[in-house]
Amino acid sequence: MSAAVIQHHVDIALTVNGESVSRRVAPRQHLIDFLRLDLGLTGSHAGCEHGVCGACTVRLNGVIVRGCLVLAAQLDGALVETIEGLSDRGTIRDLQDAFVAHNAAQCGFCTPGMLLAAADILDHQHQADRAAIREHLSGNYCRCTGYQAIVDAVETTLLARKGARA
Amino acid sequence: MNELVRPSDLDRPNSYIGRSVPRPNARKLVEGRARYVDDVSLPRMVHVAFVRSPHAHATILSIDGAAARAMPGVIKVLTGENISAICDPWVAVLAHLKGMKSAPQHAIAIGKACWQGEAVAAVVATSRALAEDAVGQVWVDYATLPAVLDMETALDTATPVIHAELGDNLTFQRQHEKGDVEAAFKASHTVVEATFHTGRHTGVCLEPRSILADFNRADNQLTVHHSTQAPHMMQAVLAKHLRLNEGDVRVICGDVGGSFGIKVHVYPDEVATCAIAKLLGRPVKFIADRFESMTTDIHARDHRITGRIGVDRDGAITAIDIDDRTGIGPYSVYPRTSAIEGNQVVNLCGGPYDFAHYRAKTTVVLQNKTPTCQYRAVGHPIACAVTEGLVDLAAEAIGMDPVALRRRNLMKDGTYPRVSPAGMTFEGLSHEACLDQLMALIHYPELRAEQAALRQRGIYRGIGLASFIELTNPSPFMYGIGGARISAQDGCTVRMDPDGSVVALSGVTEQGQGTEAILAQIVAEGVGVSMSRVKVITGDTQVTPYGGGTWASRGAGIGGEAALQAALELKRNILVVAGAMLQAEPTALDITGGEVVDKATGQVRMALAELGRIVYFRGDTLPKDLARELMVTRHFITKDYPFSFTNGIQASWLEVDTDTGMVKLLKHWCVEDCGRIINPMLVDEQVRGGVVQGIGGALYEHCIYDGEGQLTTTSLADYMVPMAAEMPDIVVGHVETPTRESLLGAKGAGEAGTAGAPAAIMNAINDALRPFKTRVTAMPFTPMRILEALGKA
Repeated sequence: MSAAVIQHHVDIALTVNGESVSRRVAPRQHLIDFLRLDLGLTGSHAGCEHGVCGACTVRLNGVIVRGCLVLAAQLDGALVETIEGLSDRGTIRDLQDAFVAHNAAQCGFCTPGMLLAAADILDHQHQADRAAIREHLSGNYCRCTGYQAIVDAVETTLLARKGARA
Repeated sequence: MNELVRPSDLDRPNSYIGRSVPRPNARKLVEGRARYVDDVSLPRMVHVAFVRSPHAHATILSIDGAAARAMPGVIKVLTGENISAICDPWVAVLAHLKGMKSAPQHAIAIGKACWQGEAVAAVVATSRALAEDAVGQVWVDYATLPAVLDMETALDTATPVIHAELGDNLTFQRQHEKGDVEAAFKASHTVVEATFHTGRHTGVCLEPRSILADFNRADNQLTVHHSTQAPHMMQAVLAKHLRLNEGDVRVICGDVGGSFGIKVHVYPDEVATCAIAKLLGRPVKFIADRFESMTTDIHARDHRITGRIGVDRDGAITAIDIDDRTGIGPYSVYPRTSAIEGNQVVNLCGGPYDFAHYRAKTTVVLQNKTPTCQYRAVGHPIACAVTEGLVDLAAEAIGMDPVALRRRNLMKDGTYPRVSPAGMTFEGLSHEACLDQLMALIHYPELRAEQAALRQRGIYRGIGLASFIELTNPSPFMYGIGGARISAQDGCTVRMDPDGSVVALSGVTEQGQGTEAILAQIVAEGVGVSMSRVKVITGDTQVTPYGGGTWASRGAGIGGEAALQAALELKRNILVVAGAMLQAEPTALDITGGEVVDKATGQVRMALAELGRIVYFRGDTLPKDLARELMVTRHFITKDYPFSFTNGIQASWLEVDTDTGMVKLLKHWCVEDCGRIINPMLVDEQVRGGVVQGIGGALYEHCIYDGEGQLTTTSLADYMVPMAAEMPDIVVGHVETPTRESLLGAKGAGEAGTAGAPAAIMNAINDALRPFKTRVTAMPFTPMRILEALGKA
């Protein structure tokens, strides 16, 4: 690819955490850098930039994605939600409370991505048991906790929500 | 023992010590409001990316930065010579490691590159992306040299010497001998021997190494935002090598995204970033990417250990002989050195056991791979795997149950203080109590019965045990006596503000362990206020008392005691003022729930807010000569013992699929004794996280080099770390033997899990494989290695 092509920029207009955003982005910029560098949304983190560790997990059009594997240039018209938006709206407050209560976060670097992945279980896998929770979270690395407290926090929240529905 | 630290009585007022309370600083983590170094942006900030050697060993013939300099956004291209004009090299040796030698290391290589990934030039640009673009346009001419890769042949005369000025590739050797090992072996009923390999692995902090350095020429002040475990150590190092006074260097450590020992070292590219900031007089940011993390974060645990153990007919251990060899890369790492790990192996082997004859030798050699240094539980997982592996072999050889053999040889409770054959002094351990508790937790006879029944059906499960000792609360004997400016002392300042709020400033740091939480617990209880009224501040060399930071499990035991002493003194000072105001003896008063109360009756006499209002705004109404010091600093250093040893035992229950070589972890237990427990939940979580890191080294993690010294595991797709689905639930039990060196009585808990887990896993796998009369001793125990052991690969 020639330098001239690389230097093209793309105009995008999208919704991030409920707010309209218009930016001109470089074609090579991925979503996580766009969020962190262009929008100042530093809650999501870049851990490996290979789509392995999950620290950059965010919601794109309602589906969790790796922020390092999506290009910002693809996002015209998209709906993006990050940990900042979910926290402001309070939609995963119970899950966040459970993470604090169980000490499911130590250094916290994986935590926003982990919460997004865990929220996906709460939304879509109401019957998940511990093994299913562990399976679902396997795309999100945590180097501190050993995972058990995270599984405890997700399981507790899942059961509480189930109880609230019953 | 003080009334303060009696955790059984959780009904006492402000009783936070011994209680599982959530971390006050966890909320920001779950809301995305933490602040890691890469989240900080400063005006005029620029970014640095490094040109890194693609060769394991090569002479640098020339560096041409002209094309890079012409690239968009590029501000500067710098070589090792440019940096060395303002930055002095270092030699990482410690005086107490007798005979140790290492070569001078520059922030950016000069003349030759000694491992794949070593920085040979730097590009500064207005964004990281533009800096990386330009890195590709820096043309470096190399003449490759033969790479020294195999630690076993590193000292052979045919092997090239990496640093000619050192004369050979030996950096350190130590032999320790107690008693007469050979005579003891001769007199033993059985002697068994095995060779173990602990695979080279690395810490993989999810937040990569990160630094943002700003030099303000107007103030001659270097301010460094750094993801580190030791801010004051970094202040001293940066001042020395950038030719500044320590007071002209401020290291600020905000949130740290994992450290595990990885972030307690001096990295040349980080020093170079600070030097560039000084050259440019503006903020310079360096955030390692994952490739850089894998090739330049310290590696660890690359050891080959041959061990022998002698036992009598009744199972009594007679002697242990250890020959350890490790390859540490081309330079010893500054300033803690890369000889400590081998030295620890000598110090720790045989640690839990009562035996007389011990010999251990470590040989630490140079090679052209990424430098190795201290990583979580330094040396412990190696020493524990060798010791516990040998103990299991001895048990098998004489037909004794591995639990019975351990019970026969573990140091007896109540026989302390005592000195181990390795020369380590133990103040008080609890091996027998831990073993008893573990047996109750795992239901050992039932587990053995289940194992036997399943074997009949072709299902091969194993039980693996691992007793361990853990070195915590290090004194100056660890680094200070060797000449390193690394504080073993730590301090805490506690201040009461006008409305009764309390601020604690501590020299220990938070990397997720919960340091700030336990400090808040200690200070709240010590002063007599609610935890919600205590703010803890750590990680700023210009603000906090001087200290060592958080490593070697020293945060609670040393930082915690300083906080307790400061809090208690503040309380005494408050009560002196209260006594004057209330016309009462200070000793007849107490503080609970943020109020001064009558000690005998508990009757409330005055809110701290009222006392604060008078002291700060109406001091004129107090007696002229009344002391009114509502800010107190106390320091603590251990004096009686070089280290505060802890102990424990782990067990693993797993299944080996003998057709695929896959290991399925079913359950894991750890019973440990970290002395006084301040927050049981946080200790449990330290142990669980540590166990899983130990499991990573045992089963998955491996830095693999090819025949030319190229690291082949440079992404997280190639280097495997434990994931949620493969990990077992981990049961944690506790025995509490407080240290009498401090009022608090706390020892460390951060290494225990990692220390024992690899040994427990290895022993469990070999227990499962026992019917096949084979075993594995080279970590990681991959399916391929297990199939090889079964003759199926």
